[in-house]
Amino acid sequence: MREAAPPEFSGQVERWGPALSALAVLAAWELASRTGAISPMFFPPPSSIAVVLWRMLMGGELLVDLGITIARVIAGFVLGAGLGMLLGMVMGSSPRLGAQLDPWVAALHPTPKIAVLPLILVIFGIGEASKIMLAALGAFFPMLINTIAGVRQIPHIYFEVADSYGAGRMQTFARVVVPGSLPLVMAGARISANVALMLTIAAELVAAQRGLGQVIWFAWQTLRIEEVYAGLFVTSMLGITFAYLLERFTRWVMPWRSGVRNASR
Amino acid sequence: MKIECQQLTKVYEATNGPLSSLEDVTFSVDDREFVGIVGPSGCGKTTLLKLIAGLLEPTSGRVIMSGAPAEGYPRSSMVFQDHGLFPWMTVLDNVAFGLQMYGIDRAERRDRARAFVDRVGLSQFADSYPGQLSVGMGQRVGIIRAFVTDPPLLLMDEPFGALDSQTRLVLQEELLRIWGEYQKVVIFVTHDIDEAIRLSDRILVMTGRPGRILEEVPIPLDRPRELTRRKPAAVGEIKWHIWGLLEEQVRKSLWVAD
Ligand SMILES: Nc1ncnc2c1ncn2[C@@H]1O[C@H](COP(=O)(O)OP(=O)(O)OP(=O)(O)O)[C@@H](O)[C@H]1O
Ligand SMILES: [Mg+2]
Repeated sequence: MREAAPPEFSGQVERWGPALSALAVLAAWELASRTGAISPMFFPPPSSIAVVLWRMLMGGELLVDLGITIARVIAGFVLGAGLGMLLGMVMGSSPRLGAQLDPWVAALHPTPKIAVLPLILVIFGIGEASKIMLAALGAFFPMLINTIAGVRQIPHIYFEVADSYGAGRMQTFARVVVPGSLPLVMAGARISANVALMLTIAAELVAAQRGLGQVIWFAWQTLRIEEVYAGLFVTSMLGITFAYLLERFTRWVMPWRSGVRNASR
Repeated sequence: MKIECQQLTKVYEATNGPLSSLEDVTFSVDDREFVGIVGPSGCGKTTLLKLIAGLLEPTSGRVIMSGAPAEGYPRSSMVFQDHGLFPWMTVLDNVAFGLQMYGIDRAERRDRARAFVDRVGLSQFADSYPGQLSVGMGQRVGIIRAFVTDPPLLLMDEPFGALDSQTRLVLQEELLRIWGEYQKVVIFVTHDIDEAIRLSDRILVMTGRPGRILEEVPIPLDRPRELTRRKPAAVGEIKWHIWGLLEEQVRKSLWVAD
């Protein structure tokens, strides 16, 4: 029988493990690239990517592109996820309307939204609206589907309790439907935010003057590989930031979920 | 307030066909009466309470209430089996929920709710969420949520099921006190015959599913009752009588496959 590691030690490993392994990967990459074990053409050393990234940030242009992308993602997310949540609450609460609209959702949802971009460009032009609409379209469905499921899984007993105290439709909606569906709604929001970012970048790659997608695309066209990586890095940091903020927001709107013994309730 | 149930029948539309839950249930409850209901599991006790509360529509038959308060004022509150507390509201908000629905302003409803929370020893947990409570604590919250709106009719579905016997006794006494003081009608479902005898003026014994009223057993004990005192010999007789009735029904409902 082996000795278990002392608790302080395993606690330290848990805390610093991910950071250490990331450092190790970067170090190995740096070394392999510098020695030519992997082609610096495709895998430039992280240190030179960092230098290029720093220069881009100092130049200020990258920040403008970042801001433009953030604005597009947020606009698309708010529009798409907001509408998805509203329609989802209605469809989830009304079995009859739900039954009518379910086939539409089933038919439209699996279409890869990026394939709709040309159509959107035709309808909304090549301006700001088309990128926002694509992101909104992508954000709409995950939110819609999660919200419907979130409302439908609320145990019947809570509606009976509300009913027994004479709660009206709006009261039931505000005090039962909304909080009861929140766990799945917030899970939907995380997917929606990610899809909105993905589609915004995709639209920027092919049909934009500015934005992170355009930064990456332009760097590739001019074969500045470090700038491709720098653009990728900023994009992924943006995704992580959105996920983190939503996580914080989720905890804030669902205080009953933290420190609860029976987390399934 | 007087309640009359006339030939209540409830057939559920279950996934594998219609399921008859209650059949031809007729009884009446007098003003200020405390009625206990016992019966085998699945015989339709919860269904019966929901029919009286108006949460379900009977398939046939009707519930008549006379001397009930005007529309908009609570007629009845139900203590639900497994309490049905909203997990997303604090204990205090759960207790105040009914008052909020009846349009009582925030300060007053919180005061009234807090008084009840204190009374069942949960002061420290007023701002906790139900998920942080023990089963018995949750049950106490479910009970006071129904009490706080002060309706003339209390429907209680195995409210003391998960409590230890001391807490149970205290709450039984509290219930009797409230019942006596505020002159309520109580319809009380339990699987504990002793409890039914201790509390009730009359016990309705139900058959197995589909539930019917098998017998009405009056309990000739004086009021007010001292729950901790020794019971007269007659109580033992009543208990064995009900036991006999129930045992047969439970056997039937367990062995008759349908
Ligand atoms: N919503 C429903 N849909 C279909 N069948 C139901 C529904 N609710 C209850 N039933 C059925 O009706 C019968 C009576 O149920 P009910 O909950 O009233 O029994 P009960 O006497 O309260 O049982 P217990 O003592 O176990 O709580 C059961 O057979 C149950 O399966
Ligand atoms: Mg029941």
